Amino acid sequence: MSAISDTGTRRDTTFTFTIDGVEIRAQPGQTIMEAADDAGIYIPRLCDHEGLRHQGSCRVCTVKVGGRSVSACTQPANPGTNVESETPYLTKLRRDLVEMLFHEGNHLCPMCEASGNCELQAMAYRLDMTNPTKFPYLEPNRDLDASHPDIALDTNRCISCGRCIRASMDVDGKGLFGYVGRGIKRRVAVNGMDLAHTDAAVTDHAISAEVCPVGCIIRKREGFRIPIGEREFDKGLIGHEIEEKANA
Amino acid sequence: MDVQTSQAPETVEAAPPPKAEILEICAEYGNDRHRMMDILHTVQNRYRWIAPETMEAIAEATDLSRIQVEGVASFYSFFSLKPKGRVTIRLCDDIIDRFHGLDAVVAEFERALGIKMGQTSRDGAFSLEFTPCIGMSDQAPAAMINDVVITKLTREKARDVANALRAGETPEKIAVPGFSPSSAHERANRMVNSNIRHAGEVLLGPVPQNAGLTKAVSITPTQIITTMEESGLRGCGGAGFVTGRKWRFAAGGEAERRFVICNADEGEPGTFKDRVLLTERPHLLIEGMTVAARAVGAREGIIYLRGEYEYLRPLLEEVLDERRAAGLLGTEIMGVRNFHFDIRIQLGAGAYVCGEEGALISSCEGLPGEPKTRPPFPVQRGYLGYPTVVNNVETFCHAARILDKGAKWFFDMGKEGSHGTKLFSVSGDCLNPGIYELPYGHSIWELLSIVGGEDAAAVQVGGPSGTMIGRDSFSRKLTFDDLATGGAIIIFNGSRNILEIVEYYMSFFVHESCGYCTPCRVGNVFLQKAIAKFRKGLANPEDIEYLRDLSSTIIETSRCGLGITSPNPVLTTLKSFPLIYSTMTKPTKDGIRDTFDIQAAIDGARKIAKRRSYIFDKDFSQ
Ligand SMILES: Cc1cc2nc3c(=O)[nH]c(=O)nc-3n(C[C@H](O)[C@H](O)[C@H](O)COP(=O)(O)O)c2cc1C
Ligand code: SF4
Ligand code: SF4
Ligand code: SF4
Ligand code: FES
Ligand code: FES
Repeated sequence: MSAISDTGTRRDTTFTFTIDGVEIRAQPGQTIMEAADDAGIYIPRLCDHEGLRHQGSCRVCTVKVGGRSVSACTQPANPGTNVESETPYLTKLRRDLVEMLFHEGNHLCPMCEASGNCELQAMAYRLDMTNPTKFPYLEPNRDLDASHPDIALDTNRCISCGRCIRASMDVDGKGLFGYVGRGIKRRVAVNGMDLAHTDAAVTDHAISAEVCPVGCIIRKREGFRIPIGEREFDKGLIGHEIEEKANA
Repeated sequence: MDVQTSQAPETVEAAPPPKAEILEICAEYGNDRHRMMDILHTVQNRYRWIAPETMEAIAEATDLSRIQVEGVASFYSFFSLKPKGRVTIRLCDDIIDRFHGLDAVVAEFERALGIKMGQTSRDGAFSLEFTPCIGMSDQAPAAMINDVVITKLTREKARDVANALRAGETPEKIAVPGFSPSSAHERANRMVNSNIRHAGEVLLGPVPQNAGLTKAVSITPTQIITTMEESGLRGCGGAGFVTGRKWRFAAGGEAERRFVICNADEGEPGTFKDRVLLTERPHLLIEGMTVAARAVGAREGIIYLRGEYEYLRPLLEEVLDERRAAGLLGTEIMGVRNFHFDIRIQLGAGAYVCGEEGALISSCEGLPGEPKTRPPFPVQRGYLGYPTVVNNVETFCHAARILDKGAKWFFDMGKEGSHGTKLFSVSGDCLNPGIYELPYGHSIWELLSIVGGEDAAAVQVGGPSGTMIGRDSFSRKLTFDDLATGGAIIIFNGSRNILEIVEYYMSFFVHESCGYCTPCRVGNVFLQKAIAKFRKGLANPEDIEYLRDLSSTIIETSRCGLGITSPNPVLTTLKSFPLIYSTMTKPTKDGIRDTFDIQAAIDGARKIAKRRSYIFDKDFSQ
């Protein structure tokens, strides 16, 4: 799949396809989302994160290709295809998924340390989640793990994106986190009795502010250091950095 | 009885098993992490639970982390992180069993053993649990006792079984009473009735031994594939993919190893035809797998046998041994140079999703049964990353017969696009539940008259993930293009409550969702809750639109076939029985709803407060 052929000469193997009518260029092997990112088109996402393996679980990146819905973060881009993304229909599906995640956990934004930096909250804004939600609340009641001197873990807000799992396994080489259980009882747990009984360090990539999209992984004594109003998504809608590439 | 009730089990004191013994078990499986299912099964059977210390020991031996081992152990229903009874009784709580006296059977077991469902007796002797369909729907109510099966339970039979167990009788002796059976086949037959009601020309009629394999070694692998393509055979596991095409994909390209896997997970409630083939035609199945191996160039095969069918394992092992001894498996099969193929059995552990081929491969690899991201497809990168053919039991059996009798013979049976015969697993309200081998193309009316179910009010075709139809649609036909089915035909008479059936099926999907993706994990819970609201008469007319809307989001965004089909019980009954839903939402004559709903009334307040009420929300605890 390399752009360099066997004889060592450089061949242009890039191809084009369209997203919402805009023609973009892609490298062989790229996913729809990777190609879109390069072209400055933002496709909403929660479980996918730069530098981590693709998981394809939140489904917020659902797009339509040839009438079929697929997750843009895992689906390879194909020459000549037409991808639909920002249609009212797909935005509605994405909003439903984000609402599901809100209702699966306990999200009281005004009381949450992540507010303003939270990708779930930011996604709700971006997708115009303004009407009262229609789903029932599932209200989990999971123990807060505050055993570690520098880190706390509150999985009541967890959206099961698995970013912490992949970051710890693949970047930190530690495997601090993992999924346990099945179905609605599936949740993130740590590799030990509790966090204090793991080799978690506050300097781990998995623990850094960029990995957990919501407010589950909390670095102690750091809370509210950046005041609300000056936080990540107070500056612009989620995805704005990618979209600004297109204007550059 | 509540759906999927399970009370907190009483804690039973148990010391973790000695580490040395756990390490020994791991060593038996070469400390191979891909054999995690076998390791955990052995531990569970021997010690009745997987203790935290045990997970650490397994992790150490297999070079995994404890959380990875826990991820597997906590995924499957048949593994337990708490001590289970030495005898664990798992009662099928499918809707068929409920309609055929399950309540009385439950009450009797609870009384006789002195524990409630979901509990383990204090002395660690017994556990009582519910489990979804165990593939005995034509002889419901049914139960597993450890690794054996008992069927046609009544209150009296339950009492006798419980008493015998308490008197120290082994489950085996209870399931197979009297003199010891002379063969594994006889043992299986005495435990479970095959109930073959109609034998067709392909599978259940007389079948010459190894005629298909003999043919297969006389032609080239490419010719085998062409024959399969020409026969029109499509997969019998539900999705109906063209078998020849699948084999052609798997045979193409370079690969160091290739695999042939038989999907004997048969988890779709109401389906039990693979159980009958495994019992009555095991040689034909393995012959078909061997043919596939020759066609695609695979040397290794796996039969993924659902945990519920563990009682069939000795029979299958015996058949594998016989075939090895006869030169029909192993090296130089039938004397053909370079034709080597052998098979191992991989036992599942109670997870419907493992029937999905990616999840099945994950499970064979020792992982939680989560579907894999597609592409790549299993024929490109499957088991351990190698090209893999996954086919249903029935598909392999057909394949062996097609080679013997020729593509045209098979193609000429059935209907355009749906060639050959199909096994139907018929259960529910009819005179003759059991297995029927019929050519594709019969109407539901015709099938009902064959099985003695003409007064059916509703028929569930294909199980919960299939289609529920009413009498006005009984002229529809059993073909891939009209009513596709992996084989389940569940018949309901006019006394059955459709919404109760739908609610049960939704609870089934909630229980069986792997939890990987948002819409299926969360959306199905909402769907189940919404149906419960209808059943209680608390639904508003707008809730019908809500059901449709939520269903379509789940279907459009789910990652695998489980989520994509899980709203079918709701959608197909909305279509076939719209009145059932609208009556449940109808306001009374004076315009005031006779079911004032305090829940709905406080909903607004609840939303503002972003929390629920301790007083009015009875389910406020988790
Ligand atoms: C949730 C789910 C459960 C499934 N269960 C089974 C099963 O128990 N047996 C089976 O053969 N196929 C099952 N399938 C279909 C398989 O994914 C796959 O299509 C099949 O094994 C291919 O074999 P075939 O082409 O011979 O039918 C299931 C699919 C899904 C989505
Ligand atoms: S995690 Fe995000 S969505 Fe949840 S409460 Fe915190 S800020 Fe709100
Ligand atoms: S803890 Fe955070 S990063 Fe980890 S799965 Fe949950 S939401 Fe994702
Ligand atoms: S649809 Fe998603 S959650 Fe449901 S079984 Fe498939 S992968 Fe798992
Ligand atoms: S971002 Fe693609 S599924 Fe989550
Ligand atoms: S065994 Fe109970 S319905 Fe299948």
